[in-house]
Amino acid sequence: MPAVAQLRVEITGAGANRLPVAIADFAGERTISQALTSVIRADLDRSGMFHLIDGVGVLADNTNPAFADLKQRGADAIAGGSTARLANGRYETRLRLWDVPKQNTLDMQNYVHTSSQLRMTAHRIADAIYENLTGEPGIFSTRIAYVVKSTGRYELQIADADGSNAQPALASREPIISPTWSPDGNKLAYVSFEAKKPIVYVHDLATAKRHVAANFKGSNSAPAWAPDGNRLAVVLSKEGGSQLFIVNANGSGATRLSKSSGIDTEPRFSADGQFIYFTSDRGGSPQIYRIPASGGNAERVTFEGSYNVTPRPAPDGKTMAYITRSNGRFQLALMDLATKQTQILTDSSKDESPSFAPNGRMILYATEVGGRGVLAAVSSDGRVKQKLSVQAADVREPAWGPLVK
Amino acid sequence: MRTHLLFSSLALTLILSACGSQPPAPEQNAAGVESRNPSSVDAGTSTTTSPVDRFDPLSVAALKDPRSPLSKRSVYFDYDSYSVKDEYQSLLVAHSKFLAANASMKILIQGNADERGSREYNLALAQKRSDAIKKSLSLLGVPESQMESVSLGEEKPTCTEATEECWAQNRRGDMLYSGEF
Repeated sequence: MPAVAQLRVEITGAGANRLPVAIADFAGERTISQALTSVIRADLDRSGMFHLIDGVGVLADNTNPAFADLKQRGADAIAGGSTARLANGRYETRLRLWDVPKQNTLDMQNYVHTSSQLRMTAHRIADAIYENLTGEPGIFSTRIAYVVKSTGRYELQIADADGSNAQPALASREPIISPTWSPDGNKLAYVSFEAKKPIVYVHDLATAKRHVAANFKGSNSAPAWAPDGNRLAVVLSKEGGSQLFIVNANGSGATRLSKSSGIDTEPRFSADGQFIYFTSDRGGSPQIYRIPASGGNAERVTFEGSYNVTPRPAPDGKTMAYITRSNGRFQLALMDLATKQTQILTDSSKDESPSFAPNGRMILYATEVGGRGVLAAVSSDGRVKQKLSVQAADVREPAWGPLVK
Repeated sequence: MRTHLLFSSLALTLILSACGSQPPAPEQNAAGVESRNPSSVDAGTSTTTSPVDRFDPLSVAALKDPRSPLSKRSVYFDYDSYSVKDEYQSLLVAHSKFLAANASMKILIQGNADERGSREYNLALAQKRSDAIKKSLSLLGVPESQMESVSLGEEKPTCTEATEECWAQNRRGDMLYSGEF
């Protein structure tokens, strides 16, 4: 397997009310790997939700923290644990999370894993801490997909949410765009140009096998999974223009969803499956509309400005991320769907392809820095920003995968 | 004798082009559910590398002969525009005559867009361009069965600078014939 350039992460900004938390070194960790608690700390830090208190030393799960000292240092919670090799060569890693002011245990977890799963175990521990302290699921053990373009080569890659452990899923001499995860996280749908025209494929990640989901006369593009994972919304030009269709994920049963004389594209299901949001120029300029997933009348969603594209309804259904153009800049924006209030989340000018983290807290998107494509992420309140870049290559078309069950 | 020479040079060209073609990438063995009719490589197109003395304006060889208007394959569009300009009418007439004379040949029209904005929206905009060229050819009598209009969106720019001059080159439709796609 060829070496894959790793994404490098830079973080700026922080959340408004960061929870002070200490992550102690885990007992036994030094003999196995330094990567355990350093990964946990980096995950929590990157979220912008925590203020990490350093230098608390080693704390095993079966010992009591020095609560008075931790309280004095301002920690609201402390995590400790242990990791040890089992007789069968596997490892057992334990987490214990304490409430410092109340001096009681908040959570205890056990993980049995191989040495190569150490990093993923660290992400799962960070998820457990995050969920316990914020009440929302953590997304550190999720994966992201994106396309890396180097000279004459396009690679669809899968990496951990922190950009590490990048693996190629597909390499091609022709462009690959619009990757999107199936709701179970086992498959990616995407558009490939390897046959000199856009064709939609569904790619099974475990078997590396794929099949054509849409290859009709004309162009086939913009796949979007229905929440049931059995159907895809796609854009086909087979009946003239670019129009929305629903196909079964195995490629059968294409039925037309929308009818307009212009462009309908970039479909995306709402999390409850009730609506399909999409971009259309039916009103003269590209704007975002939504249509009942079973068909019906389209309703316009964006009104301000002359270019609003790439709708991405949030997992909770309350907001929608999209790209808006103002003064020649393409920027990531967020709309409150109830009040229609909008907020621009970035200060860049070539933003594209937003993708929500499955807990809705962060939005991953593509942008450009110094003429090169990079991935960036911003918290949905706009406060925390991250950049993920690959040395000497263009990175684009990010898609954040679902929660790992 | 002359025929014989031409034949052997044609055979050689075919062998060379077969050797020179890229090995199939592993991802190209996809099981299609509804595949486009794979257009077989027309042996005739390889004669373009052979010397042709007399210029037949409707022959397959004319497609790559710089003396023929058929060697011109690109139609350029104005910004935010999807209508074929009058200056391309004579070019499209030449291509429509060629397609009428060569009923077994098919044409793939690829639309392109400049890089600004959403990739998928640009894909749809570029489809409008290839559809416009297809419509022009259709009005000139070319049957639907001989044509396919598709879009490459902003994915295959011929020019990569972020300048208006460059973007103009990417607002384009290209015509490819059987054997070229």
